[in-house]
Amino acid sequence: MRLFPRIAKSQPESQDKAAGAAPTAHLPDKPATAASPEPDKRRGLFAHLVRGLAKTRENFEKHLKQFVGRSHVDEKCFEELEMALLEADAGVTVTEQLLDRLQQQVREKKLGPEQLLPALSAEVLQLLSAAAAPFAYPEKGSLRVYLVTGVNGSGKTTTIGKLAHLYRREGRQVILAACDTFRAAAVDQLATWAERTGAQIISQKAGSDPAAVAFDALQAARARQAEALIIDTAGRLQTKVPLMQELAKINRVVTRELGRSPDEVLLVLDALTGQNALSQARLFKEAVPLTGIVLTKLDSTAKGGIVLAIASELGIPVKLVGVGEKAEDLVEFDAEAFTHALFHYS
Amino acid sequence: MFENLTQRLQAAFANLRGKGKLTEQDVDSALRLVRMALLEADVNYKVVKDFIASVRVRAVGQEVMTSLKPAHQVIKIVREELTSLMGGSRAHLSLGGQMPAAVLMVGLQGSGKTTSAAKLARHLVSTGRSPLLVAADIYRPAAIEQLKVLGEQIKVPVFTMGDKTDPVVIAKAALEQARRQGRDIVLIDTAGRLQIDEAMMQELERIKAEVKPAEILLVVDAMTGQEAVNIAAQFHERLQITGVIMTKLDGDARGGAALSVRAVTGQPIKYIATGEKLDALEPFHPERMATRLLGMGDILTLIEKAESQFDKEQAEKLAGKLLTNQFTLEDFLQQLRQLRKMGPLDQLLGMIPGMAKMADLGQMTPDEKELGKIEAIICSMTRAERQDPAIIDAGRRRRIAAGSGTTVQDVNRLLKQFNEAKAMMKRFGNLQKDSRRRLSGRLFR
Repeated sequence: MRLFPRIAKSQPESQDKAAGAAPTAHLPDKPATAASPEPDKRRGLFAHLVRGLAKTRENFEKHLKQFVGRSHVDEKCFEELEMALLEADAGVTVTEQLLDRLQQQVREKKLGPEQLLPALSAEVLQLLSAAAAPFAYPEKGSLRVYLVTGVNGSGKTTTIGKLAHLYRREGRQVILAACDTFRAAAVDQLATWAERTGAQIISQKAGSDPAAVAFDALQAARARQAEALIIDTAGRLQTKVPLMQELAKINRVVTRELGRSPDEVLLVLDALTGQNALSQARLFKEAVPLTGIVLTKLDSTAKGGIVLAIASELGIPVKLVGVGEKAEDLVEFDAEAFTHALFHYS
Repeated sequence: MFENLTQRLQAAFANLRGKGKLTEQDVDSALRLVRMALLEADVNYKVVKDFIASVRVRAVGQEVMTSLKPAHQVIKIVREELTSLMGGSRAHLSLGGQMPAAVLMVGLQGSGKTTSAAKLARHLVSTGRSPLLVAADIYRPAAIEQLKVLGEQIKVPVFTMGDKTDPVVIAKAALEQARRQGRDIVLIDTAGRLQIDEAMMQELERIKAEVKPAEILLVVDAMTGQEAVNIAAQFHERLQITGVIMTKLDGDARGGAALSVRAVTGQPIKYIATGEKLDALEPFHPERMATRLLGMGDILTLIEKAESQFDKEQAEKLAGKLLTNQFTLEDFLQQLRQLRKMGPLDQLLGMIPGMAKMADLGQMTPDEKELGKIEAIICSMTRAERQDPAIIDAGRRRRIAAGSGTTVQDVNRLLKQFNEAKAMMKRFGNLQKDSRRRLSGRLFR
């Protein structure tokens, strides 16, 4: 049984639409591309992503094979695409939206089966590009503040370690604020990263007020003329109201002292997360002004489709992706490269 | 925990309820909603497919068509199938055989192995065992330190050899140490790893060969998406896991992974983690979870929680006081504290039948802060005032408000509510005396 009896259901209304509404491009023929990095960097990123999304792509290819050799697009083709999208964690809502648009294109442009995947890929690219925004890297001589949030075990501290490594390699002065004063040994974990990367760390004893640590760290960052202050926060489930209030307080204190919002307020999201990621993004956004998402653990088993749901339903851009365990494996998100890696059609 | 899915299923069956007869179409449209709900809950799409198919076969078959209340029948079938998908009945740890028994905790990075290991150790201590925690994660910075701190909190010794020794050697040495110290369980916290990381998976196989664990528990994050089946399947293929611990079920994750994991490995979920505190580990009850999924409430867990927290003697004394109307603010405070001991109120409410059905709990959401306030107010009263609130005049109210950091209005509200409650209990007490007579009359009519 399928979720949405696509062909059968929409055949009659497709007649109406074809007759009535002009086939204005619901989607531009060439979707707007996000600002792309230089070719060199781009290839590196692409290679990472191709590796990272191998499983998802194979899965699409597997489903795609099902309709090779068919003479026209039928219910079976959509069924295969639906399964592929669902299996990639795209979620029911976005899957339905994407397939509806695809359906429209099939009607208007008379697409054949072999054109389905490129068309879907264009839709996905458009979705991701619409939500794209550049990452604020630290600059010489001024202070940039990064507030890093997320649920337990999403990879916040590791992401911060990687960021510190990248900034330090560029010669930036980096201060880490150990605001996870709750979890056992969280400060030690961050201290290890500080030591490895040559960043400085500001911490207080376990159980102290995280907002106070952030305040201290900001004062220290100014006094020492640091260029990047990265604030590590304790992992918290988005439904725990007091903990979300605590997070909001950290942001408030930093915003007040800084005179502006932190330059990046990042939600670190495990790429293996299913539909709960939507709830995470929504509720964290209610607590703090999220500027973007860091998608971690996007290695060769992750699905990554949840990114589509978040972009579509909440418009929060993905800014960075972690595609491996090494510090260099944290790269800026690029909608085009991501989409290519996801579908990899030729 | 599973509230959202419960709502969905109830919506799915809203149309079925009240219908005398079910057509095949009825069943299909309800099952389409069930399918969507399960997919949104992150149950693997293949598992969903099989599940829907098996429900459909039973639902549109004779079983339903000839039954008197087909809608109830369908709900029953869905519930039964959900239960069997989640493993039928409750599964226990099997720690017999060699002493000390080894338990291996395995899983991906960030799934919650270290915390779960400590929780399990605490749980085992409470059942009279003496576990030894073993820090075999030599890769993640400060993982060993984390386990040490947790071990201290629950007063369970932690065996470590630093982060330079091969985990296989650590595990072996830990077994010997446990034997020497007469500890009967060795809980090995291994590093997080991807199921496709060949070298790391081999490390686990070597540890397994060395310690011959009685249990290999896969720790799975309840928020995991479709990949949960592959993770579970591959860990199982390499290590033959014996059970699963599902973590982070205290958030709003619908936990569809719980349904999938059992389906692909055939191994039961043995525990669920429902909070950050170290006592937040509960046995997994498939039948309860299925019941809960269908919005029938997890009343059994609630009762168990109440039983484990309430002092029976005290409860009886309290009941007596209630009936004779000698209930004081002091008793009220005691009751309040016991209630709070049972866990966060929103979780408790979720277990009450029908609660999940109230789509918007907005106004009903219990405010922990409010409870804290009430506690503070009562604590600021003198013993005499608690025994007899009638003596609390305006001056006393001002003093109590100042002492508890609240306002006179807050104090007034509490006193008013207490008096109303007392009046209600008095009526209830009289009623109960009556109804006992009436009930026995009816029984033997």
